Amino acid sequence: MIEVLKRLLSHPQGAIGLGLGAILILAMAFGPLVAPYDPESFDYSARLVGPTANHWMGTDQFGRDILSRLLWGARSTVLLGFTATLIGTSLGAAVGILSGFLGGWIDDAIMRVVDATMAIPNLLFALLIVTVLGPSGLNAVIAIGIAFAPGMARIARSVTLATRNHDYVSAAVARGESAAYIMAREILPNMVAPVIVEGTIRVAFAIMLLATLSFLGLGAQPPAPEWGLMIAEARGFMFRNAWTIVWPGLAIATVAIAFNLLGDGLRDVLNPRTR
Amino acid sequence: MSLAYLVKRLVYLLITALVVSIIVFGITQILPANAAQMLLGEFATPEALAAIEARLGLDQPAYRQYLDWIGGVLVGDFGTSLRTGLPVGPTVVDAMSRSLTLAGLSLLMVTIVAIPLGVLAAVYQGRKIDLGVSLTSYIGVSLPEFVLATLLLVWLTRPELGWFPASGYVPFADDPLKALWHLALPVLTLTIVLTAHVMRMVRSEMVDVLHSDYVRAADLRGLPRHSVLFRHALRNSLLPTITVLALDVGYLIGGIIVVEEIFAFPGVGRLLIVAVQQRDLPLIQAGALIMAMTYAFSNLLADFAYAYLDRRIQYD
Repeated sequence: MIEVLKRLLSHPQGAIGLGLGAILILAMAFGPLVAPYDPESFDYSARLVGPTANHWMGTDQFGRDILSRLLWGARSTVLLGFTATLIGTSLGAAVGILSGFLGGWIDDAIMRVVDATMAIPNLLFALLIVTVLGPSGLNAVIAIGIAFAPGMARIARSVTLATRNHDYVSAAVARGESAAYIMAREILPNMVAPVIVEGTIRVAFAIMLLATLSFLGLGAQPPAPEWGLMIAEARGFMFRNAWTIVWPGLAIATVAIAFNLLGDGLRDVLNPRTR
Repeated sequence: MSLAYLVKRLVYLLITALVVSIIVFGITQILPANAAQMLLGEFATPEALAAIEARLGLDQPAYRQYLDWIGGVLVGDFGTSLRTGLPVGPTVVDAMSRSLTLAGLSLLMVTIVAIPLGVLAAVYQGRKIDLGVSLTSYIGVSLPEFVLATLLLVWLTRPELGWFPASGYVPFADDPLKALWHLALPVLTLTIVLTAHVMRMVRSEMVDVLHSDYVRAADLRGLPRHSVLFRHALRNSLLPTITVLALDVGYLIGGIIVVEEIFAFPGVGRLLIVAVQQRDLPLIQAGALIMAMTYAFSNLLADFAYAYLDRRIQYD
């Protein structure tokens, strides 16, 4: 763990990603404590003002402090992105391991279905699921998790196929271990590195998708300080104060860049071939 | 490319069509325990509920509903919209033709912009231009389409500037210049986002090829640099790029949904968003099916192009 961190720090992308990630964790931990204003309190005497000494990032159409809203929103934005990725990863890993381990026609059948599912773009898949579950932040998370599962299943399966014929797996089979034991104790640990790399990049993607769904009115609902929703709500006033769009946009992009950089760094650091 | 490979890929496309249609129909119509209630809300009258159940055949068993639907789809009948009462098929096909214009122009722009930039970055690996391309592509892949589109709106459509229209659509047949003017910002948004993806891929492919033995051999034979780059390296790194472009059609579809909504472009993406907001099931089903099949079909075409161009690989 410490070793991985050290190597990440000497990797250009990894180091920048780690730095941005540290800032993000600070914002999530202490954001609501240091936020200068209540994120939902209106101030009609200071609507749509640009950055000033009182409001460092300006205010929105209700006079709400943008900086305070961004700080409050950081926690849920990132945690929901993580949750969606976690749902997709566990679901995908379960299907992928099972498919690769069972092999034969079952594997063929499962993989054909997984491939076909991947023909449905993530946003479209999420839209379909939100149709049924109804628009809400939590439902958007579930939708994105399910949409991510097929891609994760492919990765889990290829790792399973690569490790299935190793001696230690044969040894476990010879010892008479149960299939569940072999899958969980012998095959699953091999999956950690590739899944962490893919998962990190997916978190960036999940955060972007969540913001997109909220923007379309199908995710978080007002008055939540969700970053995508903030842009959607400010659209009618964007010509009067462009900062209402710029700051949340910058926040989403920065978080996504952080996870993309971190993912690329981890891929190079965890890959035994480039070590 | 052998006939067996061709047939196998066509069979895969059919399986994909089958699975996608089951997923789309299953999620939207079968999965909700009470689809009629979901459509009309909790205050619906029993008469209204009964009417919509009869119209969608919700009182039938699940497999029967699916077979009725897919049977219609196969002969071009996608049902009628729950909100407008118009047949869904022509509405979707109409919107699709406009979306394809948007998608085609964007892909064309991406090909023109991303491939040279990716190649330049690879040739000057580690230099300033490489750094610039890498940095831009990081920003590009991390900027959701809706943020970029909204920022472009703020900067370029300000009333006092009036450079570009904020929304709308003009058919090419009416006024080609005006049509392009309306397409400019949506295409620009999609091009920037996709270029970031494609540029990265082209760069990494080209770097691999430049380090390969045959490029080194060509260099050592004393061939001129441009001949090595264009005849040996570029040709081989463009093959995987075809696949990358096809895979990016998936991103493109996601992007089109968002961009059409923001710029009020009357394509199939906007149609779908409105259908989801109004819970217009037949319209959602048709739109989703057509989009997913377009993606599957573009991947099939890319595979065929790849197999045709790359004679080294024998597919079975």
